[in-house]
Amino acid sequence: MTQAKRQTGIGASVTRLEDLPLVTGSGQFVGDISFPHQVHMRVVRSSNAHGVLVGVRTAEAKAMNGVVAVWTAHDIRDLPPIDFREGPNEKLAPFRQPVLARDRVRYVGEPVAAVFAVDPYIAEDAAELVAVAVEERTPILDASAAAAEFADGLSTEAAVCRQGYGNVDTAFRNARHIVEVDVSIGRHSGVPLETRGAIGRYDAARDVLELHGAAKVPHRNREAIARIFGRSLAAVHCFEGHVGGGFGIRGEIYPEDILVLAAAMRLGRPVKWIEDRYEHLMAANHSRQQHHKIRAAFDDHGRLLAIDDRFFHDQGAYIRTHGTRVADMSCGILPGPYRLPHFRADGYFRLTNKTPAATYRAPGRYETNFVRERLMDAAAKQLGLSRVEIRRRNLLQSSDMPHVRPLIALGDEVVLDSGDYARLLDKALAHCGWDDLERKVQERRKSGELVGLGIAIYVEKSGLGPTDGARIHVHPSGDVEVITGGASLGQGFETVMAQVCSEKLGVDYRKIRVVHGRTDRIDHGIGAHASRATVMTGNAVAVAAEKVRAAALEMAAQLLQTEASELTIVAGAVVRVAAPNEPLIRLGDIVTHLRPTSSSRGARAPGLSAEGWFETKHMTYPYGVQIAQVAIDRGTGAVRIERMLIAYDIGRAINPMLVRGQLVGGFVQGLGGALFEEFQYDERGQPLSVTFADYLLPTAQEVPDVDVLLTEDAPSTTNPLGVKGAGEGGIAGVGAVIASAIDDALGDIGTITQLPVKPQMLKAMIDAHARASRR
Amino acid sequence: MGKIAISLDINDILHDVTVEARRTLADVIRDDCGRTGTHIGCEHGVCGACTILVDGKPVRSCLMFAVQADGRKIRTVEGLRRDGALHPLQEAFIEHHALQCGFCTPGFLMLATGVLEQHPDIEESELVEILSSNLCRCTGYENILKAVKAAAARMRHGR
Repeated sequence: MTQAKRQTGIGASVTRLEDLPLVTGSGQFVGDISFPHQVHMRVVRSSNAHGVLVGVRTAEAKAMNGVVAVWTAHDIRDLPPIDFREGPNEKLAPFRQPVLARDRVRYVGEPVAAVFAVDPYIAEDAAELVAVAVEERTPILDASAAAAEFADGLSTEAAVCRQGYGNVDTAFRNARHIVEVDVSIGRHSGVPLETRGAIGRYDAARDVLELHGAAKVPHRNREAIARIFGRSLAAVHCFEGHVGGGFGIRGEIYPEDILVLAAAMRLGRPVKWIEDRYEHLMAANHSRQQHHKIRAAFDDHGRLLAIDDRFFHDQGAYIRTHGTRVADMSCGILPGPYRLPHFRADGYFRLTNKTPAATYRAPGRYETNFVRERLMDAAAKQLGLSRVEIRRRNLLQSSDMPHVRPLIALGDEVVLDSGDYARLLDKALAHCGWDDLERKVQERRKSGELVGLGIAIYVEKSGLGPTDGARIHVHPSGDVEVITGGASLGQGFETVMAQVCSEKLGVDYRKIRVVHGRTDRIDHGIGAHASRATVMTGNAVAVAAEKVRAAALEMAAQLLQTEASELTIVAGAVVRVAAPNEPLIRLGDIVTHLRPTSSSRGARAPGLSAEGWFETKHMTYPYGVQIAQVAIDRGTGAVRIERMLIAYDIGRAINPMLVRGQLVGGFVQGLGGALFEEFQYDERGQPLSVTFADYLLPTAQEVPDVDVLLTEDAPSTTNPLGVKGAGEGGIAGVGAVIASAIDDALGDIGTITQLPVKPQMLKAMIDAHARASRR
Repeated sequence: MGKIAISLDINDILHDVTVEARRTLADVIRDDCGRTGTHIGCEHGVCGACTILVDGKPVRSCLMFAVQADGRKIRTVEGLRRDGALHPLQEAFIEHHALQCGFCTPGFLMLATGVLEQHPDIEESELVEILSSNLCRCTGYENILKAVKAAAARMRHGR
């Protein structure tokens, strides 16, 4: 083990490289960036959920002092609707969102006009003067009701996502037990603390169109922007500064991004837009809302024979950049950790008059883990088995790995690469003392308390391919630059990449500078989504670092008149393997020998740098067990989390402290969706959750101590580092485990069939049960 | 709209600015004085990202007009570091991984600074209650609480 490895390589819980600017107020979030002579954009939004757009009057706004321009759809009629990230899709094309509403408005918050002014206060004043005339139509608010008409000859059922295998009908005909549940998940979203923002800038001197405030997928967005504006890729660049949380919803191309870019070119000035919170809650992607009618067939031994799921996906008003991805993934990922011979999932993907929906951290998994685990709890009850036992009987075994499922998730065939689910279950049960907890909970229930235990087991996915690359340069100072096309949303990307490089190259991670989110530094990049950065970009960095190391040692061998195999790199200097504490030549000095003009370089390429690529055929699948203990207040219906355990197999942790941070942070975010958060609408389609006073995020008061049991029993077999993703593992099982625990606490009072589980709902159940028992 | 000349004392530096009476203190600190470490997360006083100290007390700078701060002592996150050395709270936030995206961090740092300066021996339950007045979407709060407790101990021991 090298010295650098002990200190800052893989497995070390080092502090983050990112933190210093962030704790000193020197960050560069999009709101912190300004350009000389910029103008400010304010978007005028529909206040009707559904209607024909009769007219937009802009004269008064245009006349205001300080207003530079006011646009409606007519002014940007040459710009196409916002396309899908994966490219054109003829069938879904009619459901795309126009940049500004054209002839109809379809949700409250839809952009109708844009005001550009010299000051954001003036832009907001002028926006108030824009008069939008709408002839109201009845809004569609329930995706489970019959499909309606989206436009002439087009149904609101834009697609039906179907996946499955085997013979489900026969399996159900022959089954001894059939278990059915009807469950739904509320509408909630990532809600990062920093609202969205975008700055368009056109550099006429170089003919380059720039988007500042990019996030998540800067390289993909660069391609999309180039297509929309008919520009060459070389004439478009995206820049990511600091990003105040992403969670999947931030960094997609939205109407506002296109508006600031178009305006920057046409007005000849930089154009800045910063979303306010009220806008954010009705304009940024929503997520999650699904209603499942699911049934399972079991044999006499409690073994799962088949699952048949019909679900209704509430997409909201338009289909945004993700297409039908969330519903597709819901089908592909639903079976989770269980052996399942026959499976069918039909997802009715329907448009409604609400904010458009897309991915939010653990899309399709937060939902289906809740649905499937509700089904397993119901099965346990119906078949007279314990909740642990019914799961144990159905878990895939480590001998089943790799397990191929004829299903598709994110366009990738599901091949569970490695895992020992039963072992993690045993470890989790032992860790929290499950049997003892159950006894204690039962005793407290006897004395009248509403207290319960919940369990959920789930499989996560991560590391979506197919490929990512990275470049590493060593500078004469000995500092290392790792150039990636990754993105940083707060997850510690720089630190993790530096640790991988440190491990492979033998340089302290503090000497390593990680570049990300800049399309002008590297041509390809996957960004940061779907828990793939550590797997894909991390392995690419490892490949590049190994190449740099080999090149450095080869040069050093000549300089030192020895064999490269006898040398290694420790703390940024070449040493003999036999004498690791005696530095012979620093990496920076090797760079000097490799300068273009250096005589010692010989026939070698100038500089000490390398490019590395990593390719993979399939995703890699981490997995978790969550256990919760909750107590319900009979008087108020409030739920208190008394204990929480997340057991998670990460394959291999680059930085355990950061992995725990992801798991705990994800858990608390998921707790919001389980207990508090919901975008509600009234019968006219007016959003009722438009401030933090009505859309309730968890605070420090609501969160329990979270116990994390991090294991590395099943390293990934799809990548050399053996890593799996951590970003979504904390949140994915929360709805499932909290529902299970509340259900247990309720006993015969009732059953949890929907998220979030709000106090008023529980209070009503408790009161109704009390009234019924008195009768 | 008429403008008013005011003088803002931010971290012991005077900023003479002329602003509309309706401009929020947060906007003026950020846009007119160029101190962008104070963040704006909701503009209605719930999230606390814009928390600063005015005359030693934590304040939501999105809920105060700049003209109301004329002549008062304002402290923002940029003023925490002294002579290049990090404040114990800044150090503790780094050590305990109490930040991820870092957007809420300046607000939490200033809230905690104000609280610990006034109540160095604050009880944990009270501390949780006070910290629950700010929102964080990344960390789940656990590490923020740990960091503040660690910093409180260090500050008590006169570091």
